[in-house]
Amino acid sequence: MRMNSTTLSLVCAAGTLALTLGAASSARAEGKSLTMCWAAWDPANALVELDKDFTKETGIEMKHEFVPWTSYADHFINLLNSHSSECDLIIGDSQWIGGAAENKWYIKLNDFFDKNNISMDTFLPATVVGYAEWPKNTPNYWGLPAMADAVGWTYRKDWFAKPELRAEFKAKYNRELEPPTTWDELIEVSKFFTGKEIDGKKVYGSYIFTERGSEGITMGVTNAMYNYGFDYMDPEKPYHMTGIVNSAGAAKGMDVYKELFSCCQPPGLTNAYMQEGLDAFKSGEVAMQMNWYAFFPGLAKDPNVGGDKIGFFMNPKGPTGQFSQLGGQGLSVVAASKDVDDALLYVKWFAQPDVQQKWTDLGGASASKAVLLSDAYKKSAPYAPSFVDTMGIVKDFWAEPLYVPLLLDMQNRVHDYVVANKGTSQQALDALVKDWIKVFKQEGKDPS
Amino acid sequence: MNGTNATSTLVDRRAAMRTAPPVARRVRGMSDRAIAWLFILPTMVLLLAINIFPLIWAIRLSFTGLMANLPNPARFIGIDNYVDILTDEDLWTNFQITAHFVFWTIALQVVIGLGLALLINHKFRGHSFWTTVILLPMMLSPAVVGNFWTLLFQPQIGPFNYLIGFFTGIAPSSFTMIGSVALAPWTIVLVNTWMWTPYVMLICLAGLRSIPDYIYEAAEVDRASSLRQFWSITLPMVLPFLMLAVLFQAIQAFVMFDMVNLLTSGGPGSTTELVSITLKRAAFEKWETGYASALAVILFVTIFGAANVYVRALNWVKQQ
Repeated sequence: MRMNSTTLSLVCAAGTLALTLGAASSARAEGKSLTMCWAAWDPANALVELDKDFTKETGIEMKHEFVPWTSYADHFINLLNSHSSECDLIIGDSQWIGGAAENKWYIKLNDFFDKNNISMDTFLPATVVGYAEWPKNTPNYWGLPAMADAVGWTYRKDWFAKPELRAEFKAKYNRELEPPTTWDELIEVSKFFTGKEIDGKKVYGSYIFTERGSEGITMGVTNAMYNYGFDYMDPEKPYHMTGIVNSAGAAKGMDVYKELFSCCQPPGLTNAYMQEGLDAFKSGEVAMQMNWYAFFPGLAKDPNVGGDKIGFFMNPKGPTGQFSQLGGQGLSVVAASKDVDDALLYVKWFAQPDVQQKWTDLGGASASKAVLLSDAYKKSAPYAPSFVDTMGIVKDFWAEPLYVPLLLDMQNRVHDYVVANKGTSQQALDALVKDWIKVFKQEGKDPS
Repeated sequence: MNGTNATSTLVDRRAAMRTAPPVARRVRGMSDRAIAWLFILPTMVLLLAINIFPLIWAIRLSFTGLMANLPNPARFIGIDNYVDILTDEDLWTNFQITAHFVFWTIALQVVIGLGLALLINHKFRGHSFWTTVILLPMMLSPAVVGNFWTLLFQPQIGPFNYLIGFFTGIAPSSFTMIGSVALAPWTIVLVNTWMWTPYVMLICLAGLRSIPDYIYEAAEVDRASSLRQFWSITLPMVLPFLMLAVLFQAIQAFVMFDMVNLLTSGGPGSTTELVSITLKRAAFEKWETGYASALAVILFVTIFGAANVYVRALNWVKQQ
């Protein structure tokens, strides 16, 4: 069929118009940018890579503001509290969600999720409760689960496989030298390795969190305390803590953590958190290391201790159960942002299944069920099976608007007892209950 | 003619000077008093804005339960914050830790600083070089000092433990300066002394250089021993300078924050938690603004009161 000249002219005109409009739209998008705020760590590098796809698709430039973990909370909470528009999007800690919701730092996302068919059912339940909901266990969403994380353990598989060590362990404990499954075994194995000379170097049994200033020692000690009976409040009576927080089991859990610190922590690591643990493990100083799963992709590829030399295991169980400390963060839109629409566009883009898959492939940790529960994921990395299992047994610290004083009180009480030998675990927890009651009263809640 | 003219010109000039209008009349009719105020006002406004206003504001906040991270308005709670502070056993412990830090820091700085000043006061080969070397620590930022001493104190790789091990035979990794409950309080004293002794030395040196030589010459004529000269001439004449140095350094040590925060963060436990660290944590981590303001007021009154008493003592010594 041949076109007549009028039709040809119209087609040409329409084409020119479309090209002009497209170019104009692209030029508009090119002038736009969004600032994403998060902590400076390995997964943040993966996010930078991922965000290049978003820029390619939308023309919106992504800027990143990453702050070291030690000042992450201080820095961003100050920004949010002062209603700064410095961040358009924020990957905020799970503890911030209460304050962010009640102080309107984040935009509530329920309507947006409904309009764009984003379902929270597609994410792991623990991450939805931890990173998105406030009040907890209610369908009020302030974020999209972005970075699933929890505490896990790494161990030197090559040391555990040494025949002479296996024989010595078997002779001493009448069982095989395997990654520990209980806290008692963890202490036993840690003591076994402590003081040994391996590869020409004196080594220590295990590394655990002891940092005092921000959240470190709390994020560590809870992994023992949960499994010995500690909880934050009476499930039947919200905010009632007496006898729960300072139960005999909770005190025992704290004692166990202290024992592990006293027997088997490398010297000098009395105020140490994630990076110090990674350094101790990578330098061949410790046989086992407590740390966040977020670091495990990097460790698995480490030229010195990765590959066949490294193994991973879940937080060991205790007499009352097996739980692990939840980490990770949700993606939220900052209410003070000047580009809320573009920020929401990013959330919509990030929630897509293929983006979630690529996020995990690059070194992030999607909380999407489709990604995490797939066979492909479980086979993708040596830490993947234990990570999936761990995400089913997580517990999180308070996410109240006043979580900071709650956290700092626990930091002080635990550090005073575990590291500085002050008083007993029971005294520390009794004092902690008093501290927390005072904070809740300030918040207008009834902890009695 | 010329002489008459010259005389009349001089007389005219003197007369003109006598009848010259005050400065104010030449500045758009302003009085001398107004001009004086004009010059003083910027300084007073600045002083009010950056010193007096924050102080009054902090005093006001100290009677409220304000938490700056919550949108709730400041609620008046009377003297509750002050009662909380004065009855808080943990805080009293922190005051004791601060007192320990201030006392030992000052004692060591005075002894070592005066000793160094006496040495530097004598001319010797390499005098300028050694003076510069001694002054180096006080030129560094406390943040830098905190960070590099952290590295020096590392049990495995730090040279400090290695040196101690080398001279005593103790295994370097068997002890930790920063992480030990017993050693950490002394560690912060050690580092602060290292950093600020040169300052005390400088002030003492100024005092030593101000003593006239003829006094020593007279003492030598009287056959006074070196020790006698030190006790009867040097020390009394340097004492006002030394007391001034103690005042400055005591205030500095009492409000010390950055170096200790970087070195130990107040740990292990709370064994090195100076009151300034407690204050920072209350104000900017827990966001207990009212409580922190009350603590700041208590600290201010303590330092201000002690400094006042001390300055009176200093004046008395000077008069003597």
